Amino acid sequence: MKKPPNSLSMRLKTFARGGVHPPELKLSSGQPIEELAPPETVVIPLSQHLGVPSEVLVARGDEVKVGQPIASAAGFVSTNIHSSVSGKVLKVDNFMDSTGYRRMAVQIQVEGDTWIDTVDRSDDLVPKTVLSGGDIRKKILEAGIVGLGGATFPSHVKLTVPSGKKAEYLIINGVECEPFLTADHALMLERSDELFSGIQIMMKGLGVEKAIVGIENNKPDAIEAMKRVTAGSPVKVQGLKVKYPQGGEKQLVQALLKREVPSGGLPIDVGVVVFNVGTVSAVYDAVMKNRPLIERVVTVTGKSLVNPSNFRVRIGTPVSHLIEAAGGLPEQTAKVINGGPMMGKALASLDVPVVKGTSGILLLDETEARRKEVLPCIRCAKCIGVCPMGLEPYLLMTLSEKAMYERMEEEKVLDCIECGSCSYTCPSSRPLLDYIRLGKGEVNKLIRARKS
Amino acid sequence: MNQTILYTIITLVSIGAAASVILYLVAQRFKVYEDPRIDEAEEALPAANCGGCGFAGCRNFAEALVKRDSWDGLFCPVGGNETMAKVASLLGKEAIEQAPRVAVVRCYGTPEFRPRYNVYDGAHTCTIAHSLYTGEGGCPHGCLGEGDCVVVCDFDAIHMDPVTGLPEVDDEKCTACGACVTACPRDIIELRKKNKKDRKIYVSCINEEKGAVAKKNCSVACIGCSKCFKVCPYEAITMNNNLAFIDSDLCKLR
Repeated sequence: MKKPPNSLSMRLKTFARGGVHPPELKLSSGQPIEELAPPETVVIPLSQHLGVPSEVLVARGDEVKVGQPIASAAGFVSTNIHSSVSGKVLKVDNFMDSTGYRRMAVQIQVEGDTWIDTVDRSDDLVPKTVLSGGDIRKKILEAGIVGLGGATFPSHVKLTVPSGKKAEYLIINGVECEPFLTADHALMLERSDELFSGIQIMMKGLGVEKAIVGIENNKPDAIEAMKRVTAGSPVKVQGLKVKYPQGGEKQLVQALLKREVPSGGLPIDVGVVVFNVGTVSAVYDAVMKNRPLIERVVTVTGKSLVNPSNFRVRIGTPVSHLIEAAGGLPEQTAKVINGGPMMGKALASLDVPVVKGTSGILLLDETEARRKEVLPCIRCAKCIGVCPMGLEPYLLMTLSEKAMYERMEEEKVLDCIECGSCSYTCPSSRPLLDYIRLGKGEVNKLIRARKS
Repeated sequence: MNQTILYTIITLVSIGAAASVILYLVAQRFKVYEDPRIDEAEEALPAANCGGCGFAGCRNFAEALVKRDSWDGLFCPVGGNETMAKVASLLGKEAIEQAPRVAVVRCYGTPEFRPRYNVYDGAHTCTIAHSLYTGEGGCPHGCLGEGDCVVVCDFDAIHMDPVTGLPEVDDEKCTACGACVTACPRDIIELRKKNKKDRKIYVSCINEEKGAVAKKNCSVACIGCSKCFKVCPYEAITMNNNLAFIDSDLCKLR
């Protein structure tokens, strides 16, 4: 049978199961990355990554420079933290962070902008490294690099392939499937050469020969830019059909390689390691320029915002500073979200600092911010249809409400990637993910209790 | 026609007779002996099946009462000393008396004292709100007001006060089963000795932050100034993590 002419999009790769397509609303798309000057004071939390909080190295009154370590890794799954500004340590105390609670952080009064001597601050491109895989991993730990896609898992851990397993592919995640966010898009446009160099560093660190960059088809300019720099190399650039949550690493592995990560497993179980483009950019800076992770690109966006922008921001800058720079807080703002609209979390205060995992700041108006009234489940099974992990969200929610956590474990609740497609699609506006997340926590507690 | 009915009756009766013999034999062979005293004890218990005693239900508790020699740690909070004495006399054992207790809510952060500066719009249970943030007010220890304690109460003894936004315990109805204590994700509710004349002597705050921070979030927060600790002549008050605690066993004001 002859295919209809518009079938091009049908042939694009994507993941097999579930998924939704929320309005893309990439308002800040095409905005260049704008360097934001440091604020008057920064607050740098000691727990910005998954794993053990770092141990603080400075005390009140200490003078610090940009790039100086202020906290060190407190275990293997932990990482270093560096000062993002130069100045004087005001306090080491509890400050409100994006978890919604006050936790340990270092507050620094900014004075000037003095960097440590080892950092190469020039824009000259360094295309190749002579370092060995082990040295690359060491440098990444030293620079305090974590997954910048949002999960903030320490990158040196991910680059260390466990014994008995073999990495075959490096996958670079340039999908950015969250609506509104454009930080990764901007990076791919402006730093494509640096990214290509970073990809080669990571291939060396991982010991793999093949790499694929996955980018959704709504960013043709980014696909073009990456294809141009990677031409003639073993790095392949693959356009993907626009579907949420394609940026989930398990979904991306399936979309690109048709390999399914087993339940409870990681991509390395099928020979793949996935990194976000933001992480690759940070790795390039760390390995080639000796520049620790002290800043990141953050999208500041919202329908009522005057100038939706992509900012390069020092870690520890308060969110209010970013909103100010994007044209100020619109009067009708009802909710400020840390992250994208699907997986992000509402902030309880605008003094919360930007951390390594902050990919975007989204402002919602009153009508967008309110949840709809919760109605009874009508058994339409839409949530099952959209779940990319093949779970049954309606059942998991009920089990969680009834505190039947053993049964939840049997129903594979721990495979849930918390993408929120179920809650998004539910015609009765049921808080499915809220309850599933609660159940996940309880099941994890059960498992820990069983082990000890 | 008549013959058909006759044969049917004969067949069914004989099947019935054979089955009854088999059932009788099987029942004799697999008979489980159960102490009849368990039934008696269960009869005397309140049948609330609330789990306040720490057992799966009243039957489970009755079994423990019959089987254990010492009743140390066995107590039915719903029935109280009266019920325990009754069961003890039935079984010829000795009940250990316990002072009656009542649940108290150790938070007084009403909107007047603890200003709310945001609106929680998520799933309406305290456990989920607690996992997300400090709550509508700034206190990370204070009551979230979503009423998990109200939902679990089997005795209709705890209700949300719409004005204060805090749960209120009905002392008459509260049996001190402890269901609300377990349900509260912030451990705000405590079971304390019932005082005479409904006197309530306890610190209505569990906030452990430093005084200045605590006061900023809630004007009635315990700031850990230790004034009460210094003045108490019976050493009933202890100071821990910027918080005073009154031991209801040592406090003399009853």
